[in-house]
Amino acid sequence: MLRFVVRRLLQMAGVMIVLSFLIFAWLRSLPGGPVSAILGERATPATRAALEKAFGLDRPIWEQYLLFLDRIAHGNFGASIRVQAGTDALEIFLDRLPGTIELTIFALTIAISIGIPLGYLAARRRATILDNVSIIGSLVGVAVPVFFLAFLLKYVFAVQLGWLPVSGRQTPTIDATHITNFFILDGLITGEYDAAWDAFLHLILPGLALASIPFAIIFRITRASVLEVLDEDYVRTAEAKGLTSRVIRGRHVLRNAMLPVTTVIGLQVGSLLAGAVLTERVFSFRGVGDALAVASTERDYAVLQMLIIAAAAVYVIVNLLVDIAYAIIDPRVRTR
Amino acid sequence: MNLMSSKKERIDSLAASVAEVEVAEAGTVKDTGGESLIAGAWRRLRRNPIFLIGLTLTALFVLLAIISPWLAPWDPAAQPLIDKVERQSNPVPGPEPGHPLGGDNRGRDLLSRVLIGSQQTLVVGVVATLIGLSGGLVLGTVAGAFGGWADALVMRVVDVMLSIPGLLLAFSLAALAARPSQWTVIIAIAIVQIPIFARLLRGSMLAQRHSDHVLAARALGVRPSLIVMRHMLPNSMGPVIVQSTLVVATSIIDAAALSFLGLGNPDDRRPEWGQMLGASQQYLNEHPHLAFWPAGCIIVVALGFTLMGESLREALDPKTRR
Amino acid sequence: MSEPLLSVRDLKVTFTRQGAEPFHAVDGVSFDVRPGQTVGLVGESGCGKSVTSLAIMGLLPRRGNSVSGQVMFEGTDLLGLSDKQMRERRGRDLGMIFQDPLSSLNPVVSIGVQVAEVVQRHRQVSKSVAMEEARAMLDKVGIPDPRRRLREYPHQLSGGMRQRALIAMALACRPRLLIADEPTTALDVTIQAQILALLKDLVSESDTALVMITHDLGVVAGMCDDVNVLYGGRLVERNMRHDLFAAPAHPYTNGLLGSIPRLDSARGEPLDPIPGSVSDNLPWAESCAFAPRCPSAAPDCLASSPELVPHGGGGTDGEGALRCFHPVVPAEVAR
Repeated sequence: MLRFVVRRLLQMAGVMIVLSFLIFAWLRSLPGGPVSAILGERATPATRAALEKAFGLDRPIWEQYLLFLDRIAHGNFGASIRVQAGTDALEIFLDRLPGTIELTIFALTIAISIGIPLGYLAARRRATILDNVSIIGSLVGVAVPVFFLAFLLKYVFAVQLGWLPVSGRQTPTIDATHITNFFILDGLITGEYDAAWDAFLHLILPGLALASIPFAIIFRITRASVLEVLDEDYVRTAEAKGLTSRVIRGRHVLRNAMLPVTTVIGLQVGSLLAGAVLTERVFSFRGVGDALAVASTERDYAVLQMLIIAAAAVYVIVNLLVDIAYAIIDPRVRTR
Repeated sequence: MNLMSSKKERIDSLAASVAEVEVAEAGTVKDTGGESLIAGAWRRLRRNPIFLIGLTLTALFVLLAIISPWLAPWDPAAQPLIDKVERQSNPVPGPEPGHPLGGDNRGRDLLSRVLIGSQQTLVVGVVATLIGLSGGLVLGTVAGAFGGWADALVMRVVDVMLSIPGLLLAFSLAALAARPSQWTVIIAIAIVQIPIFARLLRGSMLAQRHSDHVLAARALGVRPSLIVMRHMLPNSMGPVIVQSTLVVATSIIDAAALSFLGLGNPDDRRPEWGQMLGASQQYLNEHPHLAFWPAGCIIVVALGFTLMGESLREALDPKTRR
Repeated sequence: MSEPLLSVRDLKVTFTRQGAEPFHAVDGVSFDVRPGQTVGLVGESGCGKSVTSLAIMGLLPRRGNSVSGQVMFEGTDLLGLSDKQMRERRGRDLGMIFQDPLSSLNPVVSIGVQVAEVVQRHRQVSKSVAMEEARAMLDKVGIPDPRRRLREYPHQLSGGMRQRALIAMALACRPRLLIADEPTTALDVTIQAQILALLKDLVSESDTALVMITHDLGVVAGMCDDVNVLYGGRLVERNMRHDLFAAPAHPYTNGLLGSIPRLDSARGEPLDPIPGSVSDNLPWAESCAFAPRCPSAAPDCLASSPELVPHGGGGTDGEGALRCFHPVVPAEVAR
């Protein structure tokens, strides 16, 4: 098990190194180079030269790369020019991370807690109305652009019906104490339950919109995987042993069917991060995604670079955790 | 394994599943009656309502793109309703005779724009897919056919690109463009698809490198380049077609997302549905129909391609071949 | 003669698929198994032997087939039992082992739990008692170091060990009947002999009746008391093992014997396989299904359907039977 984790960590390090190459190349390929990106079009030759020297752009390319790595290693990604002018990119990221974590965990919880049971039921009742309706629903779910679904939910439930808040992470008039910046957690810690509830209400609509694609995919992979497992010889063996259907379902069918589902849940973190950019924008939800949307629209490259590296790192780390979880369920991986 | 997530495991399983078919074909399996892959797939597809619905939606979309210039009552760039926009406090003209859907915020006929919009939408979807496919074809063929260090290098880069969520990569690529246009949108979307196609092709080729027909060709002394072109590539077409169909849908949706973030094509004289949807956001609360028409079209078309792709995948999957 | 433990009467299993002709996988099969006896069901793949065993166990898929006839087990018709009642019998009164030991074991559950869960289910004992019982069972089926193996997973065991583990599961609750469906087909030849010897020891020691399903007459020769030969879903010949090998009466049985290599055959003498395949079968309803592949087929074989006729001789209690118009005469017996 330890060897497995070490091997995966090494692979992850390799990915991050290649990624740093790519981002470095990406920054170099910015129109006019990073200096124009920072100074904008008003740059005079003098300020350009000064900044190029400050960034070490007059040095050989490999030295520039090492300098770049050095800055990243020290968390120095540069200052924002548009998202929050003058603020350090890393600071912006850390400030906004809790909101996005709350939102994605909420969305993933919805996707998993509906997707897996529904996928199982659809497989058991194959070719029934339930099965067909859920399949078509999951296909439609993928065909609807995430931000349009967010629009729609906002329009119907917030604007027209007024059931849920239109935007933001918390009603501004609520005087909430913030300790961790996880608003729900803060409310629970300080005993300001109304603030926690308010923050939760703000999560529902963006969370539902964000959950749509992961839900559709988790549902379909669960269904396909359960169907496959139900056909396996070991399920027949379990039946031949006269086990109760509860034991067969839990120990023999679901436990095996969950293997591909686990992998797919890890992969969904990618679509959640991308979806967060869009839904957070629609709901003006102050999170990392919203920052990334503004950064890419306004071409705030310091923030953009920081967030891309962070997104890749999160994605790689989550998938490492998923692989470990997989190894815990599947002894064939653990004890190879 | 059928789902729409576009990442490693799914790509590999798709590649492997079709390679399995080829191996089965080579072994002349009795219970399939020895019919060819294509013939068998078609026999199953013809009776599959999901495929037929997808095919119909897709065909209608392509047809609409072709005949829309004759259908549209107005030039999409003309502003017949501009007076109303200027005169009224309300910036979006409602329906009236000659303009069944009303106009947009600049007094242009909405119906004409929705109809003509099919053209650019088709272009975005198909061209982005073709670029992604060609890039993936080159990388995947190099990696899969030659193996060794070429394979290792290509696959490292591909894995890293896959470790950045696709849309995020498209956002940051589109943000690079000094002057956004239809082309920057298409290229940003297409680049994201390259690693997916590359991995798919590589997987399929690797699976074939040890299959009987390739070994036989090698034993007969056929040139490696000829083996790749004549034996391995054609046999990889199954998964590539499936993936391409799905990518057309993804591209159309992604283009809409880029427009929504303001990274799309600012020139809206020749409209595109994603662009129209992106532009409609500031009028949403008062005039949701501006969003509903292009969004509805995108959903129907994306659904059409998805239904077609998913049923093709199922038809080519050896597990469902009985 | 003792009463039969299992008595299958006129068992029919028909598969119905939308848009396809109903397929009679098992078409009126009858046979008896007495306590402690080993009975063989022999035939090529597709002859209905596996479907017969699944029907006895109640393991056929719920949809897409219909089962009729009687499966009397200790005076109860198993086909008449509810799903719940059948579940209580399986694993306790009837055990079954399957062909491919790797795919028949759950890859993510330890061997110990997979053996112990049967004991726990049918004997209402605590988990630790069940585990101890599982250890004893593994020991009994000849798995060395059973305490360690309890914690291991199927992929860590060799093919032979896996089949031993499956046997341990099937016999853990001392069922009175064990059905073994091609238990050695997926194994190496040397392992095959060990597993067969083990099965033979275990059933004779515990007086368990065994239904041995196989296409391999070599296995039958070493194990079975009675042999039932199936073709195209029907019984074509039944006899005591000794009589069947000495004097096969059905051309199909004779063909099966001719297609296995023998120690006493001359060097270089070719094997004599049965020509054609089951896909050449004629419908039983109006002909002999085997006729197209039969060396002694005559016009009447194509015109009418032969009945299964008891011929008095052979069988544990004189119930030998044959379904053929033109039985093999001793001079033609395959050498």
